[in-house]
Amino acid sequence: MAIRAEGTRSGPDAWRRNSRARELRERIVKVFLTACAYLSIFTTVGIVVVLFEESVRFFLDVSILEFLTSTRWVPNQGDFGVLPLVYGTLMATIIAIGVALPVGLLTAIYLSEYAPTRLRRWLKPALEILAGVPTIVYGYFALTFITPLFRESVFPGIGSFNALSAGLIMGVMIIPTVASVSEDAIYAVPRSLREGAYALGATRRETATRIVIPAALSGIVAAVILGISRAIGETMIVTIAMGAQANFGGSPLQGMQAMTAYIVQVVGGETPRGSITFESIFAVGAMLFVMTLTLNLVSYWFVRRYREIY
Amino acid sequence: MPRGRTQVGRQKGGASDFKTSMSARYGLDWAFGVLVTLAALVGIGVLGVLLFDVVRDGSKMLSLNFLTSFPSQIFPENGGIYPALIGSVWLLGLTGVISVPLGLGAAIYLEEYAEDTRINRMIGINISNLAGVPSVIYGLLGLGIFVQLLAPVTGGDSVLTGALTLSLLILPVIIVATREALRAIPGSIREGGYALGATRWEVIWSHLLPMALPGALTGIILALSRAIGEAAPILVVGVSLYQTYATAGPFDGYMALPTQIYDWISRPQQVFQDSAAAGIVVVMAVLLVANAFAIFLRNRYEQRS
Repeated sequence: MAIRAEGTRSGPDAWRRNSRARELRERIVKVFLTACAYLSIFTTVGIVVVLFEESVRFFLDVSILEFLTSTRWVPNQGDFGVLPLVYGTLMATIIAIGVALPVGLLTAIYLSEYAPTRLRRWLKPALEILAGVPTIVYGYFALTFITPLFRESVFPGIGSFNALSAGLIMGVMIIPTVASVSEDAIYAVPRSLREGAYALGATRRETATRIVIPAALSGIVAAVILGISRAIGETMIVTIAMGAQANFGGSPLQGMQAMTAYIVQVVGGETPRGSITFESIFAVGAMLFVMTLTLNLVSYWFVRRYREIY
Repeated sequence: MPRGRTQVGRQKGGASDFKTSMSARYGLDWAFGVLVTLAALVGIGVLGVLLFDVVRDGSKMLSLNFLTSFPSQIFPENGGIYPALIGSVWLLGLTGVISVPLGLGAAIYLEEYAEDTRINRMIGINISNLAGVPSVIYGLLGLGIFVQLLAPVTGGDSVLTGALTLSLLILPVIIVATREALRAIPGSIREGGYALGATRWEVIWSHLLPMALPGALTGIILALSRAIGEAAPILVVGVSLYQTYATAGPFDGYMALPTQIYDWISRPQQVFQDSAAAGIVVVMAVLLVANAFAIFLRNRYEQRS
C-alpha cells in the first residue's frame, strides 16, 4: 500500500516533468562550485600582483641593490637595507628550530614507536591544542614569563625584548608542526623493516635511530623545512617579545626586529598610506612571500619523495 | 630471557666483533625511552605553565564587568573588552558565512566534479601552498584588494574587510578537511544514488554532504578558531585599537579580542598587562571549548567509520 501511494506522488511522471529545471540547477551549481575552486587561483594571483605592484613603486625610489645589501635599516632617514630585518628573522628562526627539531622529532618517535594506543589518543589532540594557541598568547608568555625567568636566573643582562625568549617560544609553537609531519613519515615506514631489526636483536632505540629515522628521513626533512617556513612567517611572538629595533649582528640576548614585526609596526603607527615607508612593507612582504613559498615547495617535494618510495 | 639471548650472541659473534655489552645497550635503550617520553611532555608542560600563568595574571581583572565594559584609559582597572568581544563575534560570524560555503564548494568541485586535468591538479597544489602563506601576507593582500581597490564595496577599514581577509586565510584549511571527508565516502554510495536516477548534485546534497559533515565540521571549527586568534592580518587591514562604539553592522569599524590584547600588552603599566592576561583567558576559554568540540566530533566520526 505504502509503496503504491508513494509511486503516485513522485512516480516517473513527476521527475520527467521538471527534468529541465533539474538540468538547469545542475548547471548553475556546477558553475558556482567551479568558481569556488578557482577562487584559490585568484587569491594567489592577488597576492603576487599586490606585492609586486607596490614593491615596484618602492623600488622606483630605493635601489634593489641597496635594499638587498645594505645593513642599515632606518626608514625615517631613508635607509632601507633589509639585512637587519632578515638577521632578526633568521636569529629567531634558528633558535626556534633548535627547540622544535629535537623535541618535535623525539615526540614523533614517542608517538609512533613508544606510546600506548590510549595515551596516543590523548596526546595528539593535546598537541593540536598547542598548535591552536593564538600567537599573541605565546608572545605575552615570552614577554612576561620567559624573559623575567631568564633575567632572574641565567642571564641577568637580558633585554626586556630579546631574540632568545621569542625564539624559544616560537620553537614551542612549531613543535606540533614538526612532530605531526615527522610522525606521518615515520608511520609510513613499513612494519617489516622494524620487525627485521628486532629479529636481528636490535633494541627499540637502535631500531628507532638506525632503521626507522633513516627510512623516514626525507619526510623528517620536509617537516623541519615546513617548521622553518612557519617560524619565518610568524608575526605576533616576534612583534611582542623581540622588539621593534632593527639590530644587525646583535646577540640573542638583545632586542631585534623581524621582517614580520616591521610590517606590524608600520601599519600600527601613524605612517601615511602611499609614503615610501608604507610601501616598504610590501617589499618586505614580497621577500617574506618568496622565502616561505620556496621553503614550502621544497618541503612538498620532499614529502612526495618519501611517499613514492613506499 | 635476555640473558639467554646474550649468551647466544656471545657464542656466535664472539666478543671481538661484538664489543657492546648487553647491559650498556639495554641501559641506553631505557635512557632513550625516558628521553622521548620527556620530549613528548615538553609541549604539554609548556601549555600547562602558560595556562597557569595567564589565569594567575588575569584573575585580578576577570569579572562580569570586564566582559561588558569599554576599555578605559582613565580608569583602566574598570575597563573591559566589550567592543572587542562584539567585534570578534562579528568577525567570526561574517567569516563563517563567507568561508564555509566557498570552502565546501571548492572541496566538492575538486572531489566530485574535477577531472584529473593539469589545471585541477594545479588548483590542488596551489591550495596546499596557500595554507603555508604567512598570515601577515594575507593582511597585505587584504590591504591591497579589500581596503584600497574595493573600498566602495567593502567600506575600507570595515569589519567586512576583516572578515573577507580572514576568510581567504582559512579557506585552505576548510577545503583540505572537506576533501578528506568526501574522499572517505565509498564510491558505492554515489553509484547507488545515480542508479536511482538522482543527478550528481542531488547525490551530493542528499548523501555526500551529510556524510562528510562531521569531518568538514571539524575542519571548519579548527579554521574558525584560528581566525578568532589571528591578530596580524587584521592589524594590517585596519582594525581599530580603540573605538567608542560597538560594531553594529558589516560596514562599521571594529575592534577584536587579539588586537585588543596586543594593544594592552604594548602598554607598560601593570594594570594593562593584567587586562591583557584577562583577555587571553577569555580567548583561550573560547578556543579550548571549540577545540575540544572539534576533537570530540572527529573521534566519534573516526570510531564509526
